[in-house]
Amino acid sequence: MASVEKTFALHVPSSTENLSMIRDFVAKIGAIAGFDEKEVMKLELAVDEACANVIEHAYGMDTTREVKVRALLDDDKVQIEVVDTGKGFDPTSMASKDVEQLIKERRSGGLGLRLIKTLMDDVQYEIKPGEKNELRMVKRIKKS
Amino acid sequence: MANTFNVERREEGKVIVLSLTGYLDAHTAPVFEKAIQDEVAAGRLELVADCAQLSYISSAGLGVFMSFIEEIRGGGGDLKLAAIMPKVYQVFEVLGFPALFDIVDDVPAALKNFADGVRPAS
Repeated sequence: MASVEKTFALHVPSSTENLSMIRDFVAKIGAIAGFDEKEVMKLELAVDEACANVIEHAYGMDTTREVKVRALLDDDKVQIEVVDTGKGFDPTSMASKDVEQLIKERRSGGLGLRLIKTLMDDVQYEIKPGEKNELRMVKRIKKS
Repeated sequence: MANTFNVERREEGKVIVLSLTGYLDAHTAPVFEKAIQDEVAAGRLELVADCAQLSYISSAGLGVFMSFIEEIRGGGGDLKLAAIMPKVYQVFEVLGFPALFDIVDDVPAALKNFADGVRPAS
């Protein structure tokens, strides 16, 4: 039998003061999915990092824009999409650096991306700078 | 709501203990940055971050630790981390902090390490 997919969405102004609201939303999603405390924390952190990157890098701290967070739940997984209309980025430019290099260069955007890839099971990007950039992250629900 | 963060400061002899409470993210990181900056500017380089009440940290908060550690150690001091709760510790672990920082179970252990001159090799 096909599992039922539920969709939840949150749109917030592009200010870092709204990161906590985004985390609360994601924590609720994690609870619905049945994740434990540590897994919920990973979900919150990954989405926080993605949204902070959008606010700081895609939008250059412009607080008049919008960050969209969409969560899709089914029996097997939680998929979170972070969508923006900012200037985008090149994911391959960060890929070759190791964590200590990223830390030393203090490029939080790169560190955040590295965290997201470690915290989530699957990460995909679709970048159309100035139009629509989408970061899709998946965490699978482990069946006990 | 998950957005409060503050730093409380106390002196334990020469060592300054900064107790972090709440959520350290891109929005609240400047508060932590200022707290450390104030100590470093005053030449107080023996610092302990008491993380017992720290509920959350993101790369912005981790970046604050990284941005001061070289200057602090270069001046002969250290920034030690104490009492990190397990769900937060996993974030420090992902970025390799245990190899870079002196992380201990509680503030007394950090004070003892200062007294004994213990610090990481890096």
